[in-house]
Amino acid sequence: MDYFLVVLFQIAGTVGNLALISVGLAVIFGMMRVINLAHGEFIMLGGFAAIFGVQAGINIWIAMLVVAPLSVAFLGIVVERLIMRRLYGRMVDTMLASWGLSLLLIGLATTFFGNRVVGIAAPVGSFQIGTYSLGAYDFVLTGIALAVFSSGYALLRFTPAGLIARATMQNREMASSLGIEPARVYAITFAIGAGLSGLAGGLLAPISGVLPTMGVAYVAKAFITVITGGASVITGTALSSVLLGSINTVSTFLTTPVIGDVALLLAATIFLRILPTGITGRIFKGAP
Amino acid sequence: MTVMALSRSGGVHVALAALAALAGIVILPNAAPLYTLINVTLYMSMGVFALSLALLWGYGGILCFGQSAFFGLGAYAYAVAAINFGDTTLAAVFAIGVPALFAAGLGYFLFYGRLSDVYLGVITLTVTLIFFKLINSTGGDAWRIGAARLGGFNGIPTTPLLTIPFTRIPMSPAQMFIFAAISLFSTYALCKGLIVTRFGRAVIAVRENEMRAELLGYNARRLKLAVFVISAGIAGLAGLLFANSVFVSPTMFSLSMAAQVLIWVVVGGLGTLFGPVAACFALQIATAVLGKLGIVDPNIVLGLVLIIFVVFVPGGIQPAFAALLHRLMDIRADRPVAGEVAR
Repeated sequence: MDYFLVVLFQIAGTVGNLALISVGLAVIFGMMRVINLAHGEFIMLGGFAAIFGVQAGINIWIAMLVVAPLSVAFLGIVVERLIMRRLYGRMVDTMLASWGLSLLLIGLATTFFGNRVVGIAAPVGSFQIGTYSLGAYDFVLTGIALAVFSSGYALLRFTPAGLIARATMQNREMASSLGIEPARVYAITFAIGAGLSGLAGGLLAPISGVLPTMGVAYVAKAFITVITGGASVITGTALSSVLLGSINTVSTFLTTPVIGDVALLLAATIFLRILPTGITGRIFKGAP
Repeated sequence: MTVMALSRSGGVHVALAALAALAGIVILPNAAPLYTLINVTLYMSMGVFALSLALLWGYGGILCFGQSAFFGLGAYAYAVAAINFGDTTLAAVFAIGVPALFAAGLGYFLFYGRLSDVYLGVITLTVTLIFFKLINSTGGDAWRIGAARLGGFNGIPTTPLLTIPFTRIPMSPAQMFIFAAISLFSTYALCKGLIVTRFGRAVIAVRENEMRAELLGYNARRLKLAVFVISAGIAGLAGLLFANSVFVSPTMFSLSMAAQVLIWVVVGGLGTLFGPVAACFALQIATAVLGKLGIVDPNIVLGLVLIIFVVFVPGGIQPAFAALLHRLMDIRADRPVAGEVAR
């Protein structure tokens, strides 16, 4: 029974983790059809921002939840202005340019921050289930992921801003002829997406440490989660995080963490063969 | 006019490339220091790798993010086969055959599932990452294929060198260099020839408009699969050459390897063959020099190059250069020739 509970908590932790690292990419891809391969580096920079914040004496929660997302969102605005703006509608080119950006950011981070892992201590301890000890921080992550997703859902579903965002996503020309400026919507969306990646980075800093090349490990996972999720930004990403996170955790428990990751990737590949447009391409169609 | 017509037909390019390869084979092994020779061999292996994606992406229109999967697979197939058989000639066949076979299976899954651009990119990238993860975790004695230890993170440092066929004498660096030069040239000639055959033209037609090609009776899925398999075989050959100039390691499957080859094709020019090879050489030399100087991180330069080319030179260097050349020629000819206009 205890063991079962532990597995269940682990699944919740993995799902929360996966959802957090994917949501920034999902917002940018879902809204703008831009595949941001520098997503992993946004996460990395969020991590660095949080760590530098803590080192500068800021409260760890403020560093993770405010400093990290804001600084990466600011970077997102700069990137959108300088690069992405010129490439809208050219999906492959945005992908390549953001890959270039990813290499550039890795290079810059290595030069300025050094090629070593830096970390901060997790702000919460652990707790006991029977004879097992679990990190409470995983719960914090899952809770924040839940909060991000439900507020994202509410924002898109119930507010005027969400309506505008969804309209632009569905039909750019129509939205623009109704007086909405797509360029502005895109700029804001990119900044929000980048900010969410930064938030993920800040939150991951205490558990995984931060390293200039850490983004590589996240980008593929995030990418696959988003594509498996399909067209709906929030619902799709949440569903595919649950699906892939569970598969990952269960196979990790049965075998090794490496096989767990491989199982996640394989499952996604097979899944896309069955549902080429992702989960929300078929089921829950039209949910935000 | 004759110059223009000739420059447009592929034969001259192939002849020029043959000349360059020949000149390289004759001059470099005698003139250059060993260090340069080995480095150029390595660059040429990468050149073959660049050609594999230049063909697949530039002419087949298939954007494969995980071309490095075939590259690494070829190298591992070679190393494992060579260690087990003790004979490298057969192992070289494995290096090309195994990735091609793997591509046939994977491609069936992809193209017959009608997966398009982004999804194709994601899945091929995933496949490469799966290999990267799996191979990295194969440390220790338990992971072996026959007599070959996979070596996990360390790769297979004892990768046997190619021997001269039917003998047991490993090739010297000079011979290896010649072999690489011949391979690079043959691959170039093969790709160049392939794109003017009926098959090649059909592949290009599918790239241009898949539905129209299908309505004209071409089996688009089979054509895509075929070009995918050929490209994987070429990438396997590149892996074989790489394995012989460095050694086999999991980094061959890494994301940066997959990124590099894309960068070469983008910088060289999508839909060209010479451009990607030239870009591959230029960028590798640049990276090596920068790495040696240690002033800037090579990633910064590669990243900047990629961004600048995508944003400002979307066609790549070869088309930009060719346009410049044609403009210069037009100034000299100063009026269009009737034959040109008619075409």
